Amino acid sequence: MNQFLAFVKKEFYHIFRDRRTLFILLGMPLVQIIIFGFALTNEVKNANFVVLDNARDAASQQLIAQINASRYFDFEKNIYSNKDLEGVFQKGEAKIAIVFPPAFASDLQHLNKAQVQIIADATDPNTATTLTAYAAAIIMDYQKEITQNALLPYTIDIQQRMLYNPQLKGAYSFVPGVMAMVLMLVCTMMTAITIVREKEAGTMEVMLVSPVRPLKIIVAKAVPYLLLSIINIISILLLSVYVLNVPINGSILLLMSEGILFIITCLSFGLLISNVTDSQQTAMFIALIGMFLPTVMLSGFMFPIENMPLPLRLISNIVPARWFYSIVKSIMIKGLGIQFIWKETLILAGMTLLLLALSIKNFKIRLA
Amino acid sequence: MSAVAVHNLVKQYKSGKAIIEAVQGVSFDVARGELFGIIGPDGAGKTSIFRMLTTLLLPDSGGATVDGSDIVKDYQAIRQKVGYMPGRFSLYQDLTVEENLHFFATIFKTSVTENYTLIKDIYVQIEPFKTRKAGKLSGGMKQKLALCCALIHKPVVLFLDEPTTGVDAVSRKEFWDMLRNLRQQGITILVSTPYMDEASLCDRVALMQKGKIMTTGTPQQIIQSFNHNILAVKAQNMYGLLQVLKQWNAIEDAYSFGEYHHVIMKERYDKKVMRQYLASTGYADADIHAVTPTIEDCFMQLMQHKHD
Repeated sequence: MNQFLAFVKKEFYHIFRDRRTLFILLGMPLVQIIIFGFALTNEVKNANFVVLDNARDAASQQLIAQINASRYFDFEKNIYSNKDLEGVFQKGEAKIAIVFPPAFASDLQHLNKAQVQIIADATDPNTATTLTAYAAAIIMDYQKEITQNALLPYTIDIQQRMLYNPQLKGAYSFVPGVMAMVLMLVCTMMTAITIVREKEAGTMEVMLVSPVRPLKIIVAKAVPYLLLSIINIISILLLSVYVLNVPINGSILLLMSEGILFIITCLSFGLLISNVTDSQQTAMFIALIGMFLPTVMLSGFMFPIENMPLPLRLISNIVPARWFYSIVKSIMIKGLGIQFIWKETLILAGMTLLLLALSIKNFKIRLA
Repeated sequence: MSAVAVHNLVKQYKSGKAIIEAVQGVSFDVARGELFGIIGPDGAGKTSIFRMLTTLLLPDSGGATVDGSDIVKDYQAIRQKVGYMPGRFSLYQDLTVEENLHFFATIFKTSVTENYTLIKDIYVQIEPFKTRKAGKLSGGMKQKLALCCALIHKPVVLFLDEPTTGVDAVSRKEFWDMLRNLRQQGITILVSTPYMDEASLCDRVALMQKGKIMTTGTPQQIIQSFNHNILAVKAQNMYGLLQVLKQWNAIEDAYSFGEYHHVIMKERYDKKVMRQYLASTGYADADIHAVTPTIEDCFMQLMQHKHD
């Protein structure tokens, strides 16, 4: 036991004396949450729009005012001809343009029918779709307002309700994602490097010619990173609850246990990598390609898995982060209990056992 | 029972398709309490032997025992009782002197106080720097610390792989003094070195070259077995002198040795003949005198024989 504690202590010395590593370990999670929380977001806010108002009547002005009032849009300027439209989009002055035909108000009043054109810059298709939908919704609202008193023969009133995330906040989906990503980076990459570093420095050579058993070395290497990762989970959760206002609807205990399970998965993978490689570069490279990229691409955090072609969907099944991401979403956002996520938990646990067994089996008791 | 018994040890490395025979059937015995030196140039196979004896590498054939334990079967037993200091500095550079020592004491299930007497003489020299990081020590200091760490669990056999390589002359001497002290405490020491002049500091040595042991014995025995006249020669033009000497059929071998050339004469030939020959080739000014052979001379001669 003394041996083990001495080992863990030594590992902590390594971590705390290497400022850069320490920053990556503890600072990066915070930086990532803040970057994702405030800078990188796919919510659309304050998009510029231009108006080509051929009508210049009361109705068109009211509509423009309402669009401008919404938090999605900012009025950029009026343009006066179709030719200017092209220029506006080329210079990137606006994301959408609203075009009113001549006699917009009179058509509305007399023919009970008028047209508005929305032109969007679809270089970024998602933003274009979102913005046109928002604009259309505002126009529909305006229409309802003016027909309030008139009795329409048939109307279908659509009631929308967004479950679990009524405000459609991006943070709800990226907090679980960032959590998976950070744990992956901290645990897999850092542990992958740590054993290999001893091989490179030659200290492993001395360590092997000692009574310490391989299992002890492996576990002692992993323990400090396990503890630091638990701190990371806690700091991520604190930030998301108190800064980003993402609630934890389910049991915190369950969330933490699943987090620890995932940490152990990542640690095992990191140890496996470090046992089969001989240089820090190779270890880092494998950790990046083997773990980090799949986590970002195939966990469902950035791109929905349902939209992927079949081969990628199959591959996503062996990415641990995919299961963890779905577990965290279920617990945090939907507030579900273990009875709904036992399957994912079991898969994750199975992967962990496999990786751990492989890394212990691959620990070399000799040099070559 | 000998402390270390090596029998026909073979180690090969594969490099692409080529097979490199690093150790080609080496045998020797080290008695208990002996300071045994393996002397040879880089690439002679010294490190491979050390790694096999410390159970870090598996031999391709042959075998060895360390303190009665087989290096393959009983590798765990060996790891409990030997001390090993690799050729490259292999302590934690970001840990202080003190932390390194305590760490190694703990993993060998002992404590610094328990065996302090053993390392005391060495440790007092680095104690003033005990809060300094190991990576910031000078070369000689590093070796002393590494020796302390390898000794802290009172090993039965101590393996030191080129402990004096890259260390200044004064530290080298100090280091050997320490080894001789340790031997008095009954620890068997196996040390390897590329420096021939260190051979005379060992009880017995094995001279190695290209994976083979050329001879073993006490330094005196090896020097006594050298049965040729040896002359040291010096002149203004040292390079020309060597060329001229090598063309002469009266010699076995000639090679530069410090500020002199050492010339191994064939039987019947002596200093007088040499002076005549050199005078006839334009080196009348040459300074010639007889010297007693050193281990290095023996090594050069053994190498020469091997090539023939």
